[in-house]
Amino acid sequence: MGEPEISNIKKTYEQSGSSKVLPCREDIGGFLLHLADTTLILSQRNSEWCGHGPVLEQDIALTNISLDLLGQSRYFYQYAANLINLSTDQPEHRATEDSLAYLRKERAFKNLLLTEHPNGDWGQTILRQYLFSQYQYLLFIQLQQSNDEQLVAITAKALKEISYHVRWSSEWVIRLGDGTLESHQRMLQAVLALWSYTGEMFVAADYEIGMSIDFTALKNEWLKNVNIIFDAAILSIPENVFMQTGGKNGIHTEHMGYILAELQYVQRAYPNSEW
Amino acid sequence: MVIAQNLYPASGNFERVNSFKVLNMQEFSSYNLSIKNEITVSSKAPPLEEFGEAAIWQILETVCDPEVPVLSILDLGIVRNVKQLPYTLLGNEGTDVGVEIIITPTYSGCPAMDMISMNIKLAMAEQGYKNVKITFILSPAWTTDWMSEAGKEKLKAYGIAPPNIRQQVCNNNLFAPDEAVACPHCNSFHTHRISEFGSTACKALYQCDDCKEPFDYFKCH
Repeated sequence: MGEPEISNIKKTYEQSGSSKVLPCREDIGGFLLHLADTTLILSQRNSEWCGHGPVLEQDIALTNISLDLLGQSRYFYQYAANLINLSTDQPEHRATEDSLAYLRKERAFKNLLLTEHPNGDWGQTILRQYLFSQYQYLLFIQLQQSNDEQLVAITAKALKEISYHVRWSSEWVIRLGDGTLESHQRMLQAVLALWSYTGEMFVAADYEIGMSIDFTALKNEWLKNVNIIFDAAILSIPENVFMQTGGKNGIHTEHMGYILAELQYVQRAYPNSEW
Repeated sequence: MVIAQNLYPASGNFERVNSFKVLNMQEFSSYNLSIKNEITVSSKAPPLEEFGEAAIWQILETVCDPEVPVLSILDLGIVRNVKQLPYTLLGNEGTDVGVEIIITPTYSGCPAMDMISMNIKLAMAEQGYKNVKITFILSPAWTTDWMSEAGKEKLKAYGIAPPNIRQQVCNNNLFAPDEAVACPHCNSFHTHRISEFGSTACKALYQCDDCKEPFDYFKCH
């Protein structure tokens, strides 16, 4: 299975006349893979908590969120695979949601660095979920203005789920930040551990430039919301933090290889095996 | 436990595939449940001119949500349309009616959707409809407002509190007061939420303060 060809999707679309049916902008393939990878990797991370949550109800809550994210990532992969298949007539370049998730290499993954960060303690997991869900919520609201019907349909559906994630994770950030001395200390550490991975959410990758996302507005709105929650949680946004970047372009932290090793092992060891 | 079994594929044409597939126990039991008798895909398939949409809706009424088996997929509101296909599309010879059934998922990650589409195909095949195409659509996104009133009553009788009407109560405010959810056992509104996420993505966990019973609430979405 070769690396998927996504560069000439638009051209093929125009040639085939399909663009009338499904408006498709340049490089949407890269953007779809970014969205798919981000939700897949966070889903995988959260699912590591399955059976290990602090209490049963919250264990179930986090795995439910994992399932939502996995469902969203499947839609993005399926859509990306359709576009890839429209752009190629060579069987070895054809893609499926499974080939995109299980058979791409680390450098091809475009997920946010934040999502691959190890779970740490419950506080770090909660904070990671909140920072991401708040961003995802605002981003997907902007994507409702897209002229790509399928992208709008997927993100509109996801927004209903994400609004639950935002509410659940913000309540937990407040509960822990404004909780006991111990939980407060841990949330302070969590903020320090995660903050430097939030910067790249607002730096456009090449494939995002044509998506008419207003990153300045996105960042301001996100900061405004995070500030409200942090105020209630007696936490503050750290200043002058160096922001890590690279995830959107396939340059990952050292943790990424381990995630893929676990995620992809079965398909790599037993190609084409089915559940 | 894993059982090997001949299985009709969830997608594609019934007649052409007879593949050997490994099923896990859950799939196997639901597979068994759906095929009460051996399927006879026979000459009872109605000819094209007798395409009866009403009959197809009646068949769909018999297909249940595998996770909440008291609800049919019509009660859930996930069947959005039934269409007749030009049967040549399916590449079959003869006069079998091609039917496209359009469904929408409840939640993005709902694991029941693949099973539901397989069960639709099985139920249709039992009535002689061989050429059935299941199409998923995402827009407009499913809402609990599409659940039938009969479905809500069945849910309650089953011990799951039915969803409230979305526009009136759902909001995104933090630490919002719990929705007033009636206990499905004693009808008391004196209940509280234990967790926003329950045994499946579509449910929250509640407890009644009067009869003390914990119960699932099919949350508004």
